[in-house]
Amino acid sequence: MKNLNISRAERLKRFVENNTVPILFVIICAIGIPLSGYSMNYLINEIFVRLSRNAFLILSLLIPIMAGMGLNFGMTLGAMAAEIGLIIICNLGVVGIPGMILAAIISTPISIFLGWMCGNLLNMAKGREMVTSYIIGFFVNGVYQLVVLYMMGSIIPIANSALVLSRGYGIRNTVNLTGIRKQLDGLIPLRIAGINIPIATLLVIALLCVFILWFRKTKLGQDMRAVGQDMEVARASGIKVERTRIISIIMSTVFAGYGMIIYLQNIGTLNTYNSHTQVGMFSIAALLVGGASVAKANIRNVFLGVVLFHLMFVISPMAGKNLIGEAQLGEYFRVFVSYGVITVSLVLYEVRKKRELSYEGDELAAEQKEDK
Amino acid sequence: MMNKIIDFVHKAGLPRIIIGLFLFALFVIAPFVGVKLDISLTNVMNRFGMNCVMVLAMVPMIHSGCGLNFGLPLGIISGLLGATLSIEMGFSGMVSFLMAIVFSTPFALLAGYGYGKLLNKVKGGEMMIATYVGFSSVAFMCMMWLLLPYRNPTMVWGYAGRGLRTTISTEGYYLHVLNDLLSLKFGGIVIPTGMFLFFALLAFLMWAFLHTKTGTAMTAVGSNPIFAKASGINVDAIRTLSVIMSTWLGAVGILVYEQSFGFIQLYMGPFYMALPAVSAILIGGASVNKASITNVIVGTFLFQGILTMTPSVMNSVVHTDISEVVRIIVSNGMILYALTRKSEVAR
Repeated sequence: MKNLNISRAERLKRFVENNTVPILFVIICAIGIPLSGYSMNYLINEIFVRLSRNAFLILSLLIPIMAGMGLNFGMTLGAMAAEIGLIIICNLGVVGIPGMILAAIISTPISIFLGWMCGNLLNMAKGREMVTSYIIGFFVNGVYQLVVLYMMGSIIPIANSALVLSRGYGIRNTVNLTGIRKQLDGLIPLRIAGINIPIATLLVIALLCVFILWFRKTKLGQDMRAVGQDMEVARASGIKVERTRIISIIMSTVFAGYGMIIYLQNIGTLNTYNSHTQVGMFSIAALLVGGASVAKANIRNVFLGVVLFHLMFVISPMAGKNLIGEAQLGEYFRVFVSYGVITVSLVLYEVRKKRELSYEGDELAAEQKEDK
Repeated sequence: MMNKIIDFVHKAGLPRIIIGLFLFALFVIAPFVGVKLDISLTNVMNRFGMNCVMVLAMVPMIHSGCGLNFGLPLGIISGLLGATLSIEMGFSGMVSFLMAIVFSTPFALLAGYGYGKLLNKVKGGEMMIATYVGFSSVAFMCMMWLLLPYRNPTMVWGYAGRGLRTTISTEGYYLHVLNDLLSLKFGGIVIPTGMFLFFALLAFLMWAFLHTKTGTAMTAVGSNPIFAKASGINVDAIRTLSVIMSTWLGAVGILVYEQSFGFIQLYMGPFYMALPAVSAILIGGASVNKASITNVIVGTFLFQGILTMTPSVMNSVVHTDISEVVRIIVSNGMILYALTRKSEVAR
């Protein structure tokens, strides 16, 4: 057994290598927390808010990673479907938990359709799923704007005039979600030592975790992992590769939609044309901060990621202000870190993949060099 | 006859023809709905000139097989550094523009070199990483624009005396130096000759370069890297060179853009600037691994033509401005089309 012979230092080195990003974030947070001057109570409260707000969205990313399709930048599609659902329930005036459920029901067929489309396009672009899903997000954003900004109120009737722009059609830039605001978070209230814990939301998130764990063991889940390992081998063993990939994207899109509804009920207002644009980036960055890679992610990564990433997010403006006297700097810093983390993770993934792929090629090249 | 048409459609590509016909229709409708053709034409030419250098920046990386340069913001940032340095030093007129190019060159070369080295490590996944290299560099420079010790009062925030403004006027420095150079006037139509000549010079240099030995090697690397390696070409060096060229052209491209536009946009300004350039060259008939100067010219004309004509015509017809939505759908639809074509996947 080779493993037993590794010294402690060696093991530590390997641990650091495998967890570079989370460790870096622990360090950033450790430096930033005293600088920001926030109380521990406030920070823990913030973490619970962020956890309940974002965890569902981030969990939706796990399934496509399992199927080997990388980070699903197309999760914004689900977010847009959810927003359409929310606009409709606001129009109908359905409030509370029934409103959220109705919004989820409305968003589901839209998510399924968009996910099906996205999955088909990604099957046409194997090997560059991520950049393609990223552009699909932009493309569908255009279609979404066409529908919401021009068709709603003119072709699609909107009765609630508070939703419509003063020109007579198109939805306003911000939609007030007072009807469902904090409805789920406040369903089972719990307050321990001044910290609000949104039990109901956390239960829903736990439910999705259990579902994902169960799903991995089903036939379909196993198929997805097989496809993720090697498409050709999976095909040879009789798995319908394309179909499996499409299903994984559809599931991700639908869950992203539900996640978006939870996210927006916590925030309480819908920025009709902006809410979804950043959601994909922040979810992906958080997942990667939790130690996930493009090819491997689990539930632990999700929760670690939310805590570390959002801790950084909360403290950096104040830390920037106290350090240099400029809160703006901290804000730019956190944007930079978000993008930087994604960049570094993508690079590491590609480098590792290339190393594996080119191993044989390098051997061949070395042989040829020796021949010279 | 039918065969000829089919052949032409095949050669030019269906999306291109549809977009071309759409633009043609817009031009035909324009006079009937009260849009002045001379102003429209001037605008189209202006915007063509503003953007074509940035579209040209796509060519070298496509040739060397690095894919579409979604990391163009990196080049743009080098250009912005050159522009602000030139203004800081107080140069004016044409000298200011040329000095901006001179100042931005070392940044572009350095950034391009590092970026190229990085892309060599991630062959096959260039485009996604390029996108995020662009984003991270923009976000990083956001901090730098606040911190760098610029002093020129036309550029820094008035009350704090430090930190660059989000938009800086190029008036008094190099506003319209290329636009007004040898510009011609026919009735209401103004031709920005200087800008066209400048682009023609760069395009000619690019064309000539692609026909040199190194240029041919670049094409070889792009079309078959294994064959290129076997015939003794240093694949990585050629790819790095192409990335450096692309980054430098991006830097020059933004300077040309600014001199016509009149403003330097800092902070999040360059964030999404790669997408219009990418879709323009794709509309022009380029694919993920093939591009020519003709693609650049045709693509920029079609793309900018639609961007200019849609708002004015649509506004007059239906009294709404859906140009932004049309832009998003057309440009991203074009990129999607290029990414999902079967022939490219089997590379």
